[in-house]
Amino acid sequence: MITVEHLTKRYGDFTAVSDLSFEIGEGHVYGFLGPNGAGKSTTMNIMTGCLSATEGHVRIDGHDIFEEPDQAKRTMGYLPEQPPLYMNETLEEYLKFVGEAKGLKGRELQKQIGEVLRQTKTGHVKDRLISALSKGYRQRVGIAQALLGNPKVIILDEPTVGLDPIQIIEIRDMIRQLGENHTVILSSHILSEVQAICEKVLIISKGKLVAFDRPENLEKLLLAPNGISFTAEASREEIDEVLSGLNRIMQWEIQTQEDEGIRVNVKTESENVRDICREIFFAFAGRKKAILEMSSGKANLEDVFIELTEGETCEEEESGVSEE
Amino acid sequence: MIAVLRHELSGYFHSLTAYIFSAFLLAFVGIGALIYNIQSAVANFEYVLAYVCLGFVVVVPILTMRVIAEERKQKTDQLLYSLPIRTSQIVMGKYFALLFVYLIPLCIVALYPLIFAQFGEVYLLTAYGSLFAFFMMGAAMIAVGTFISSLTENQGFAAGITIPVILLNYYSVTLAEYVSATASGSAVVLLVIAALLGFLVRYLTKNQNLAYGSGGLIMLAVVAAYFADSSKLEGLLPDIMTKLSLFERFYTFVNGVFDLTVIVYYLTVILFFLFLSVQSLEKRRYN
Repeated sequence: MITVEHLTKRYGDFTAVSDLSFEIGEGHVYGFLGPNGAGKSTTMNIMTGCLSATEGHVRIDGHDIFEEPDQAKRTMGYLPEQPPLYMNETLEEYLKFVGEAKGLKGRELQKQIGEVLRQTKTGHVKDRLISALSKGYRQRVGIAQALLGNPKVIILDEPTVGLDPIQIIEIRDMIRQLGENHTVILSSHILSEVQAICEKVLIISKGKLVAFDRPENLEKLLLAPNGISFTAEASREEIDEVLSGLNRIMQWEIQTQEDEGIRVNVKTESENVRDICREIFFAFAGRKKAILEMSSGKANLEDVFIELTEGETCEEEESGVSEE
Repeated sequence: MIAVLRHELSGYFHSLTAYIFSAFLLAFVGIGALIYNIQSAVANFEYVLAYVCLGFVVVVPILTMRVIAEERKQKTDQLLYSLPIRTSQIVMGKYFALLFVYLIPLCIVALYPLIFAQFGEVYLLTAYGSLFAFFMMGAAMIAVGTFISSLTENQGFAAGITIPVILLNYYSVTLAEYVSATASGSAVVLLVIAALLGFLVRYLTKNQNLAYGSGGLIMLAVVAAYFADSSKLEGLLPDIMTKLSLFERFYTFVNGVFDLTVIVYYLTVILFFLFLSVQSLEKRRYN
């Protein structure tokens, strides 16, 4: 459906997107993940024809966005980071303009406007001025605009940013429904969001694609081992001694010294985290040292994200820890 | 293009822009008609139009300041870029909408000569010929204003630039009498213009080689022309200033001559500035 080949965008000496290539198939919701300034918006702007590329190609449904912009743009709807709304118009007037610009006419236009109003649940505010709508509704209007013309691909740039939790849930539900009939690409820097609605995730960092897979596969792929953290009533030396006696523990980090004990983060490569918990418990019990609290956590997308996007800094921190 | 045109028109009539513009233009023409046709009892309506010309300094910025600048400020230009319409269609749609708004008060003004004709003999041909030229001159200035609006995202700034540009154009003939007519004077001014052009190219394209190349080439040509035959440069500056004046050419019509070359000149100015507006919009895609 969408093919991006060796896409590069330079602003003078600064490279915003560098040699980005990926392919997106039909259907499903795709997540475009990356920290702020990673090049998400730039890539989306290039894909939708709002921005030129220094090098590379983008093909939407077989049409090159630079060579056949009209055909390519007809197959997609785009919601930029800031919804492009004309504040002194009513919702209906606004949709009418966008529909006409997309080549819709007469009855077909009316039908589609009715359809997108229903899909975005904005029918009851269609006669209100857009300037009088709340942020959540403006976002919906932005999505409604992208849906006009029934495009195969819908590209949403940070659709939930700045909304309250209820609005976020509503917009997410809407996106999930859109994924049933369209190819949806959404960008976000919120991991839980991508995890919740996207079937596949592209992670980009510093303008480069660093991962492209299903969220659960990305978690498996994670190099970072599983972790356990606990608080023990013992001294630093004692903890070091006990933990060095357990051979399945790779490394540990003594985090904070609390009044009642010391908090320790342990990393293990073992899949069976419960076994390790048990081992730690008995090892400390054997020395008559109490463990006040213990919890184990599996690696999640957040760890993958941090590891992939800030790999270098993470490594530095880790080496600092092992020296300690 | 039709979608953009319709959208722009509804925008002008939803906001006060169209009304304020019409009110100003009608007020200016009305005052002119009062002074010339009614109080002084002159039968020439074209004199009124010649008198009202300076009003463009006020009415053109009212009309054009927001046309593209506002899109950029509200970030709605991103919508336009992502829609399946060409940049040229966007600019044309916007420009024709402006012309339409401009035409409405002129339709009312077109009734004045007919009204005056009821009370005496009015040179209708000259009056309507001048009115047509008045429309074309305004259309040319609207194209200039559109281009200036495409350069910035601040309406106020767009208006602030458009006003002095039109004012300078209005007074360029008067100023031409005061500037140096000597060859060296013309050469110096041309060198300065070449340098400014170079900076403009550099600002617009961010391409140093192109900027210095084009600026340098013109400078070289000026210097070469000066040393080869300095008499050619004599009086060149005042000549250029007079030629560039949109207003000076309009007065030909007021004097009763329907000069087609002038209409062609206005059309050229319109096309040139609309072309620049399209380029200015396109350029934003590249940086």
